[in-house]
Amino acid sequence: MQQPLIKVRGLSKRFGAGCELCLSSTGPDRESNVCPHCGSVVACNDVSFDLYRNEALGIVGESGSGKSTLVRLLHFEWEAGGGTVELHRTAIVPALDEIFTDGADYSANLLGLSPFQKRQVRNALMGIVYQNPFLGLRMQVSSGGNIAERLLGAGWRNIGAMRKRSAELLERTEIPVERMDEPPMNFSGGMQQRVQIAKALSNNPLILFLDEVTTGLDLSVQARVLDLIRSIRSEFNLSLLVVSHDLGVINLLCQRTMVMKYGRVVEAGLTDQILQDPQHRYTQLLVASQL
Amino acid sequence: MQMREWLDHNDARPGEDDDRATGYPFGFMDEGAKREVRRSILKAVAIPGYQVPYGSREMPIARGWGTGGIQITLSLVLPEDVLKVIDQGCDGSVNAVNIKKFVQAVADVEITTDTRSATVIQTRHRIPEEPMTAEQILVLQVPYPEALREVEPSEAETRRMHAEADYSRMWLFLYEDIVKYGEISISYRFPVTVNGRYIMDPSPIPRWDVPKLHMADTLFLFGAGREKRIYAIPPHTRVEPLEFEDHLFRVEDFSGKVCARCGASDTFMDEIIDNEAGERLYYCSDSGYCDKRYGQCNNH
Repeated sequence: MQQPLIKVRGLSKRFGAGCELCLSSTGPDRESNVCPHCGSVVACNDVSFDLYRNEALGIVGESGSGKSTLVRLLHFEWEAGGGTVELHRTAIVPALDEIFTDGADYSANLLGLSPFQKRQVRNALMGIVYQNPFLGLRMQVSSGGNIAERLLGAGWRNIGAMRKRSAELLERTEIPVERMDEPPMNFSGGMQQRVQIAKALSNNPLILFLDEVTTGLDLSVQARVLDLIRSIRSEFNLSLLVVSHDLGVINLLCQRTMVMKYGRVVEAGLTDQILQDPQHRYTQLLVASQL
Repeated sequence: MQMREWLDHNDARPGEDDDRATGYPFGFMDEGAKREVRRSILKAVAIPGYQVPYGSREMPIARGWGTGGIQITLSLVLPEDVLKVIDQGCDGSVNAVNIKKFVQAVADVEITTDTRSATVIQTRHRIPEEPMTAEQILVLQVPYPEALREVEPSEAETRRMHAEADYSRMWLFLYEDIVKYGEISISYRFPVTVNGRYIMDPSPIPRWDVPKLHMADTLFLFGAGREKRIYAIPPHTRVEPLEFEDHLFRVEDFSGKVCARCGASDTFMDEIIDNEAGERLYYCSDSGYCDKRYGQCNNH
């Protein structure tokens, strides 16, 4: 059987001072993620999962359930409070052999790497698309420049080659190539989202994080963006981590799904199973209200 | 009141018949301060291109007028040194003359305008045309030591970027420049990579002077008094301007231009417009070099 590309175990993040009672007094059973004793927010606690190659894993839950926190932790934007993230040996990070000990199938805990190493891992393997294009794009810089930034980070130093690559990606994401030197500021929301996708794909990532990518777009644009994501997944052999509160999006994109509430995973399994036979009370409510 | 008089006037002991300022330690700064500056210089030399923070002292001129350079010069000079000070290539500008007089008053050094005979040269925004030797030190005054400031206003963030060699935003800035204008539009303060590691601001020298920093025989010291940073390029260090494979760095083009005074055609030139004649004239920016050539021509 195929081994997972990344193994995540016990991933946790707490905002605030924290106390001994935080974990026992928050969570879905307590209907809160704010610790009543010290006021800390348990954004994400003990999340474990595997992500396989060319697989789309959905994370669904209401706002404040820790979905986006999870993505930020995996993308090394925030420092995790605990847990491990291990990478399979087949995911090659140039110039970073030292994270794999001889003979081991999995790397050392990525969360323990230096900021410099984390950035190398991120540049080599990861792409991210945010709900808000302002987070993922430099709005004043040309669209081609936005894509080139990742290439420059990976050591590209040829303007012609970078422009060629940007043009290819923009074409792939259905942005007219003649608008390549325009800043994303001039574009519509759907186009901005597609520039973000082009930027995320520029370094040929293995893992693509999608954080509420279609939220806020109108339905016809949503459909085109989802279509695009589906086709690039098979074309680029990507592993997707899809965060959404919209079960429709999850249903369309993901084979497996995790349901989160108050920072905990309450249910996980095949998407069809979860949608047709939800076990947890919250999932039942979610499915009943949306489908 | 002349500085000489002021120094005498404020001296606790009545001034002896001595050319040096009395009541002040040699070189104006106290020994502890000089030692700190020297320590910072040593660290800067050990890590080429890295900006070493130091406790910039008050000087008798305003911050931003060359206090960083002056502190380096004062902490280095010995009475037997020969000092040259230039301001944008010119030995005779007010700023250069004031600094020269000050250092002479407090450290009793000899003053020259000849690049070859100087042992220490303090400069604002130029590197002399004549090649310098391993026996000489060039001290550059720096207004903005942070090369990344253009793309990132936060000091904490630029320090992180340097620490992690995260320079993609600087490169992006240059990429955008090329997309907009067809070439990099930075005319002075052209960012360079030092020893393959740090991106460094070479101070506002023109592009013309940037290649002189590469694998030079001379030690280059950079002092930013207002920003409290010292950095250095030791001799024989790689200094590469940021460039792309298909858009190479190039210096200013003065082809066809000749200095109206000394006839040089291989120097960095200032354009002067003669209002009466309506002519465009070019003069060497390095006045010491121009004087030397002019003198040679007139002796024949």
